[in-house]
Amino acid sequence: MKTDDLIEALSLDLEPAAPVRPRLAAAAAAGGLVALILVALWLGFRPDLGHGPMPRMFWMKALYTSLLGIAGFACVDRLARPVGSPRRGLVLAAAVFGFLALAGLWQFTQAAPADRMPMLMGASWRVCPRNILALSIPILAIILWLVRSLAPTRLALAGAAAGLLAGGLGATIYGLHCPEHTMAFVAVWYSLGVAATAALGAALGPWALRWR
Amino acid sequence: MAADLEDRLKALMLRGQAGDAAAWRELLSLLGGRLRIFFGRRMEAGSPDVEDLVQETLLAVHRRRMTYDPTQPFTAWAHAVARYKLIDHWRRNRIRKHVPLDDVSDWLAEPADDGPAVRADLERLLSVLPEKQRKLVRDVKIEGLSLAEAGRAMGVSEGAAKVSLHRAMKRLTERNGARED
Repeated sequence: MKTDDLIEALSLDLEPAAPVRPRLAAAAAAGGLVALILVALWLGFRPDLGHGPMPRMFWMKALYTSLLGIAGFACVDRLARPVGSPRRGLVLAAAVFGFLALAGLWQFTQAAPADRMPMLMGASWRVCPRNILALSIPILAIILWLVRSLAPTRLALAGAAAGLLAGGLGATIYGLHCPEHTMAFVAVWYSLGVAATAALGAALGPWALRWR
Repeated sequence: MAADLEDRLKALMLRGQAGDAAAWRELLSLLGGRLRIFFGRRMEAGSPDVEDLVQETLLAVHRRRMTYDPTQPFTAWAHAVARYKLIDHWRRNRIRKHVPLDDVSDWLAEPADDGPAVRADLERLLSVLPEKQRKLVRDVKIEGLSLAEAGRAMGVSEGAAKVSLHRAMKRLTERNGARED
């Protein structure tokens, strides 16, 4: 095909471009719905959910993981384009994690020595990062599938950003199941689950995001 | 000049994103000319791949036009798309052919056989070298392997192969010089 003919064909095919951010939000919402269904069918909701006001720590956890997800969203929004720096999202993620890590450390050191390990390990440290990763994988798959149709040029980094978005959202939904209630626990085990999802995204990025 | 072009292309891009077919046709034509120069400079003269890449990049610009953010310069966006396409093209061809394109053409340019007399001369010349250095000179200077590849074949690092080759060449020059005196 001659280049002039191609240009002619493409300009006849033109429709107004659908902006990136609403599509990314829709993909995240679809992934979140899958994770929600998984909690309902597989893990079950925490027993106090829907019976009166939720404890403060429930909202703390939700705030922490949603902010990580929002930071991931901001990074993906930049990295799904050929030019653009993810700096703002990364700064937000680092600040949010730093804040919770300090709060967790403070809580840990304030506790009586005998209470420290139970506080840090809770009842579910063995399964927490694994469950967050499992809930985040469907979200990650949908985000990667969408980003591939955009134009990322730094594929591992864009994959990691997709993982941060999926992990933050997955961990928020995991909070509907998980009854753990200490900041030390969340700072370590929730963060680990989100980090694992980001690492998986970074590993898959160069393969899953390569477009032609 | 460059700022004028940026403004013009950006205005066309924004109209194209909104669905203006005439602006889009003009933008792609302008871009096609620039891309031809961009790829032409980075590939062998007269390669048919240049036009393929121009078309692939125009197609990518078309399909992925929503990823252009008006707060960014348009030329930077288009350049990044073209650069991605070029790197992807190199990567794909290397995987398929297992060797960089440049090396193949170097080999093809080499005469297939220099004749038995020349080969005997070469063997005599190389015979002053120890076995390992002789193999290295043959691999790198005659077969056209890279230092890393030749080193790997001998089980030494690229750096060690480089040092060893340097010594061998120095020795050959010394011997050759001595005979000519």
